[in-house]
Amino acid sequence: MQVLYFASIREQLGLEAEQIEFSADTSNVQALIAYLCSIHDERWSEALGDPNLLVSVNQELSSLDTGLTGTDEVAFFPPVTGG
Amino acid sequence: MRMVSIQTEDFSIEHETNQLRVSTPEAGGIATFTGLVSDLNREQKIESLFLEHYPGMTEKQLEQIVDQAEQRWKLLGTRIIHRVGLLHPQDQIVFVGVSSRHRKDCFEACQFIMDYLKTHATIWKKESSEQQSEWLDARESDKAEEQKWK
Repeated sequence: MQVLYFASIREQLGLEAEQIEFSADTSNVQALIAYLCSIHDERWSEALGDPNLLVSVNQELSSLDTGLTGTDEVAFFPPVTGG
Repeated sequence: MRMVSIQTEDFSIEHETNQLRVSTPEAGGIATFTGLVSDLNREQKIESLFLEHYPGMTEKQLEQIVDQAEQRWKLLGTRIIHRVGLLHPQDQIVFVGVSSRHRKDCFEACQFIMDYLKTHATIWKKESSEQQSEWLDARESDKAEEQKWK
């Protein structure tokens, strides 16, 4: 699956996007976050542990228990500030 | 008739208003809002503003906001433009224009779209002053404006 990072999260991680192999470890958003923290350094646990973090799955706002499949596009970002 | 655009280019208020006027001949009025880059935020002089968005999702969310507005008010035309990239004080950031038969629908829908856009569209601002560059935090006051429509 494709994982995207935006705005302050992207800067904090120094990464815009990455491809993650789907497995039992990435079956929902919460599991994916745990998996990403396990394969990366502490910047991930800091950024993805932020209580204000928002997540979308296939461009729809989602929550930690949203289920995932191998073809999903998952994005992590901070609260929006447009307008 | 609706149009949603995320773009780096500037826009013309006159052109957008005219597009609404000619494309919805049965309209009795048009309400528009144009957001600008302010030169001051929290007592600091702003040098520039960088706007980033989530291509695809932003457009989808704006379409959903227009869907909701159309369910609440009798609208004829809607045009939304949001700029991204590097902007400077006094630059235009956002345009919302709504045409309808009646002014109440125009005014309320225009405000509703702006209030929802600020709290739902996947757009982020990074502000640069002489002292520093930082991503802006979401404002509680914007959330409160959105809640008023519930």
